[in-house]
Amino acid sequence: MADERVSAVQLLTPEGQRVAHPEYDINLTDAELRGLYRDMVLVRRIDTEATALQRQGELGLWAPCLGQEAAQVGSARAMAPNDFAFPTFREHGVTWCRGVAALDMLAILRGISNGGWDPSLHRCGPYSIVIGAQVLHGVGYAMGVQFDGAEDVAVTYFGDGAMAQGDVNEAFVFAASFSAPVVFFCQNNQWAISQPSDRQGNIQLYERANGFGFPGVQVDGNDVLAVLAVTKVALERARSGNGPTLIEAYTYRMGAHTTSDDPTRYRLAGELETWRLRDPIERLKAYLARQGIADRSYFDQIEQEGEKLAEQIRDGVRAMVPPKPESMFDDVYSEPHARIDEQRAEMLEYLASFEDAGG
Amino acid sequence: MAEQQQVFHLPDVGEGLTEAEIVKWRIRPGDSVAVNQIIVEIETAKAVVELPCPYAGSVKALHVPEGEIVPVGSPIVTILVTAKADEREPVLVGYGVKTDHEVHRRPRKPGIQQDIAPTSPARAKPLVRKLAKELGVPLDSVTPTGADGVITRADVLGSTRNGHSTSPAAAPNGRDDRQPVRGVQRAMADAMVRSAFTAPHVTEWVEVDISRTLDLVIRLRANSAYEGIKVTPLTIVAAAVIHAVKQYPRINSTWMESSQGAEIVTHSEVHLGIAADTPRGLLVPSVKAAGSMQLPQLARGIHTLIETARAGRSTPADLTGGTITITNVGVFGVDGGTPIINPGESAILAIGRILDRPWVVDGAIVVRPIMQLSLSFDHRVIDGALGSRALVSMANFLTDPAVEMVPAHATE
Repeated sequence: MADERVSAVQLLTPEGQRVAHPEYDINLTDAELRGLYRDMVLVRRIDTEATALQRQGELGLWAPCLGQEAAQVGSARAMAPNDFAFPTFREHGVTWCRGVAALDMLAILRGISNGGWDPSLHRCGPYSIVIGAQVLHGVGYAMGVQFDGAEDVAVTYFGDGAMAQGDVNEAFVFAASFSAPVVFFCQNNQWAISQPSDRQGNIQLYERANGFGFPGVQVDGNDVLAVLAVTKVALERARSGNGPTLIEAYTYRMGAHTTSDDPTRYRLAGELETWRLRDPIERLKAYLARQGIADRSYFDQIEQEGEKLAEQIRDGVRAMVPPKPESMFDDVYSEPHARIDEQRAEMLEYLASFEDAGG
Repeated sequence: MAEQQQVFHLPDVGEGLTEAEIVKWRIRPGDSVAVNQIIVEIETAKAVVELPCPYAGSVKALHVPEGEIVPVGSPIVTILVTAKADEREPVLVGYGVKTDHEVHRRPRKPGIQQDIAPTSPARAKPLVRKLAKELGVPLDSVTPTGADGVITRADVLGSTRNGHSTSPAAAPNGRDDRQPVRGVQRAMADAMVRSAFTAPHVTEWVEVDISRTLDLVIRLRANSAYEGIKVTPLTIVAAAVIHAVKQYPRINSTWMESSQGAEIVTHSEVHLGIAADTPRGLLVPSVKAAGSMQLPQLARGIHTLIETARAGRSTPADLTGGTITITNVGVFGVDGGTPIINPGESAILAIGRILDRPWVVDGAIVVRPIMQLSLSFDHRVIDGALGSRALVSMANFLTDPAVEMVPAHATE
């Protein structure tokens, strides 16, 4: 971990050494540990394939999560099945853990799907492109859980840049005032597009929670075990009625902000090299190998699984058929609606007015 | 296993990029390539980007040399695909789908009322429309080759080569003459656009019988005080403008925008700009402190100024700092116009040609030399009443210079 961030909770050093922490600990079975490794490798493979497909003209845009796999997988795997995730457009690791198919993630960015998946089925909202908007949605959802007397928790995802958004700060106030069962999971990936995190405020992000009246904790975001441990504590705190927690996962966006961005224009290559040494996947791999929890054949097997998944994604994306134009009306209301029916009929009539439309 | 050719087209790797430069090829014809192997570096308006190959196989041909800029959608490389055949063309997002569910632009059935889509206008992206406009190419005359009948940049350029252009400067060899806009032309263009689209222009005009002005010119030329000095009607017009400024100082001013708001700066001195047609183009040098000069001095100043400009020796100081300008369009044989104010000034006077015309004097039609004065002014600074009064002042001066030149109190 970076020396300037000594406060961050860490259970696994960048070299893959398991270390103790006075407040946080976690005990996972070997199968669970291997599962975390598999999740991270497959998420990275989805991410690199989607980036390549964008470069080949198959996607309009892609926001890579490269380097943030531990923060996303660790936090999402801490959630109970009924908890609800509110992701941004970069949370491919979160949506993966919520059971969303990779092709559904890509369909949105190919521009042929309005939302990608059924949020109530996966207990995971659609990708929010508006910075910070999903944090308000998450708090609203959490307050609804309170009204229902349920025990679910909302986990809202956002970045360091969004910490400066009005929406996010309003969400903090509401959550604190009503002790809403929500976890604020901030991935501080060091760059709000081209703005470095040290120019986004004078105190560390997790410390801002104090001013709102709930705890903040900083975790090594490239340490999947620490992220899992810290998120579990925050989830239990919320579930037992003690209100929100802000988690700052200190990590690094190794790729571009999106495929439309060129990070070499605003940051030095040396920075990337420093963070490569803290790679979230490599450190877990080193730990698994050292402890004898997994061996080369297991790692090879996961890699092959990744290649197969990538091929399915490639073929699947190219075979995607644009939806029928009238399908845009399907999800406007949950039940039939006269005005929508009228609009649908009007559009179908218009489409039928072309020469090759038959009839 | 049948070999199959796959062409990789330049994708839009940003959001709405239209072109990219091929910076470096990482493959050569004959090389074998794997899926997602980086094959080329391209530079777009936003970034340098590496493109991964969508196919496995061998490189048949590179279609674009390094250093060339090509539009999005251009074929850049052909790969001989040996493995799994994939009969689908890669889809370029945003550039249409090459499949049978292409539904975007189809002919309407005849007889259907055209209230939704009247005659389908030529389809082109804004940048292509701009290019066509600049080149004077009507989009309707261009044959589209892009997906969905969209007119591409190349179509527009191709059509200018085919002689569709209505650009006026078509050279005799059938090709349009194209000259980069630089130097004086560029400076003029920038200044005129800046002025025309910031200062709300108003133009007023009046016709003047200048027989007494011409008489005065003849008398001054014969006067020993004016020996060696070129006296022209323009000399008297300059005196008329300075005279009007003394009566209405506001016409000699500058509209200034600053962070504190706008200010109108009324200048205490007249630096008289004279628009000059020179071999380098239009220049507007100014006679400094013209308002404090006696007439012989003013006449000499204007003459020297114009000669210096025509010889191409105007200094930057000559060409800046004017406060009000005269442009003589009469020398080209026209009667008048709606001149554009020199940026930083608030008024400009155009003088037309001098022509003998029938003129009514004391109820009788007589022949008189007539000249039109056209005054454009910045309505932020000068309202219609002030502009009209100033113009009438100039007209009165030219109608009877002797009366106007002698201070009123001296005649008492």
